[in-house]
Amino acid sequence: MALQAIAFYLLAAVTLSAGLAVIGARNPVHSVLFLILTFFSAAGLFVLLGAEFLAMLLVVVYVGAVAVLFLFVVMMLDVDFSALRAGFARYLPIGLGVAAVLVWEMIVVAVAVAQKGAAAGNAPLVPNHDMSNAEAIGRVLYTDYIYFFQAAGLVLLVAMIGAIVLTLRHRKGVRKQNIADQVARTPATGMHVVQIKSGEGWSE
Amino acid sequence: MIPADNPWIWFGLTLVQVALVLMGVMVSLAFLLWGDRKIWAGVQMRKGPNVVGPFGLFQSFADFMKFVLKEIVIPDGSDKAVFLLAPLLSFILAFGAWAVIPMGPGWVVANINVGILYLFAISSLGVYGIIMGGWASNSKYPFLGSLRSAAQMVSYEVSLGLIIITVILLAGSMNLQTIVSKQAGGFWNWNVFGGGLHNLPLIVVMVPMMVIFFISALAETNRPPFDLPEAESELVAGYQIEYSSTPYLLFMIGEYANIVLMCGMISILFFGGWQAPYPTGFMAHWSPTLVSLHGLLWFAIKMVFWFFMFAMAKAIVPRYRYDQLMRLGWKVFLPTSGIAVVLVAAYRVFGPGA
Repeated sequence: MALQAIAFYLLAAVTLSAGLAVIGARNPVHSVLFLILTFFSAAGLFVLLGAEFLAMLLVVVYVGAVAVLFLFVVMMLDVDFSALRAGFARYLPIGLGVAAVLVWEMIVVAVAVAQKGAAAGNAPLVPNHDMSNAEAIGRVLYTDYIYFFQAAGLVLLVAMIGAIVLTLRHRKGVRKQNIADQVARTPATGMHVVQIKSGEGWSE
Repeated sequence: MIPADNPWIWFGLTLVQVALVLMGVMVSLAFLLWGDRKIWAGVQMRKGPNVVGPFGLFQSFADFMKFVLKEIVIPDGSDKAVFLLAPLLSFILAFGAWAVIPMGPGWVVANINVGILYLFAISSLGVYGIIMGGWASNSKYPFLGSLRSAAQMVSYEVSLGLIIITVILLAGSMNLQTIVSKQAGGFWNWNVFGGGLHNLPLIVVMVPMMVIFFISALAETNRPPFDLPEAESELVAGYQIEYSSTPYLLFMIGEYANIVLMCGMISILFFGGWQAPYPTGFMAHWSPTLVSLHGLLWFAIKMVFWFFMFAMAKAIVPRYRYDQLMRLGWKVFLPTSGIAVVLVAAYRVFGPGA
């Protein structure tokens, strides 16, 4: 247990300090890099909880894909820091409101865990320890919550189509490579053999 | 596995195992790098490295000394912390992935249940080393190279993930050791042939999947013909332009460790990992160490074969144009592997042996 405790305090400390650094860093790219570190150490905490499947999904989806695109955008933006600071007072009330809601949510969750969850000594929802947690999640997700799962899939599909529709533009007169045409080309269609008499040129 | 009665003994033993794997991979990388250059030279009818040691075998060690003893040049306008962190990150990630690779029966540092997801997660993190290196250099060419690489690696990860799902469906497990042991008993049980004679119809799905996995692995590791992030004719050397000495060495070792890891992955997923291509019933009374060594030998043979294929692809295939690369990834590989997932899933549910 000593090793687990060391790992927990290490990961928790890294998560918290990286999380603080996300909002503290002056350079937005550094902020994103700290955010990635936060995700990664949160995944480590999931592993300590025995939820290795969730941990890997967190790394694959958030760190491996979402944060890459995030970093991509932040690196290419030319961020004006003075303009950002100018809006500080204006956006402070909204920020405080969001923070208050988040704090309230966290308190509710913490109280629920303390009273009804593992902290109160209640049995976990998945009592079968032979089952790997990928299987446990699959059994819940594809039986009890199948409609929510399908609905989430539909929402993602709509979002994807929306993004494509917003960015898809058909420009006219753009020369594009048509691979089928190129492959179907034969010497007969691709070449034009001419006999040129000596002393005369050839013009098309 | 390791006796886990005392956590500190377990910790020490795991450290020893990590060091063993690290040293093994590093030393084999030195010779594989030499082999890469020799194969490349052979295709171009050159001699390749042939001065240091017999047949130039110690060339990589000489190069190592050269890199380490040179001066580390850090550009003035660079972001120094990120600049130095980037090669370190790609090095650490490339070697971290080796923790779950089964080298033989029972020979694996961390036999975790989601091993294949761990591999996928770690290899998807590899892009950060390149993006960070390109951005921190504070120069145009490295930045363009790293942006290209980010787009390329994210695109090809999608089809890699779908192909991995087909193998997970066949094996019914995400544990790499289980995936390998399911392919025991001869080459006809390998996943590339559908994983067993009763699944033989799946050969029409799995052989193309193996080919797509190989090509995606080339793109994922930025190897030719997909080495656009470092296309020297356009971008000088891509994200590595500003790097010299040890940081450059770390990038290069990380890149090669990733390539060998991909060779290992394709061997594990499709070619039975450490399983021999013949039934191994006659080994029943062999000592466990001998059986493990026999497995390690076969795993090494398969990895060297795939490394040879990587080197041949580098030597004989011309570089793709960027739009062709994206077309191949999104319009060809993604739909094909998606259809394959549906086919394999349908076969597992409705086919014989379901």
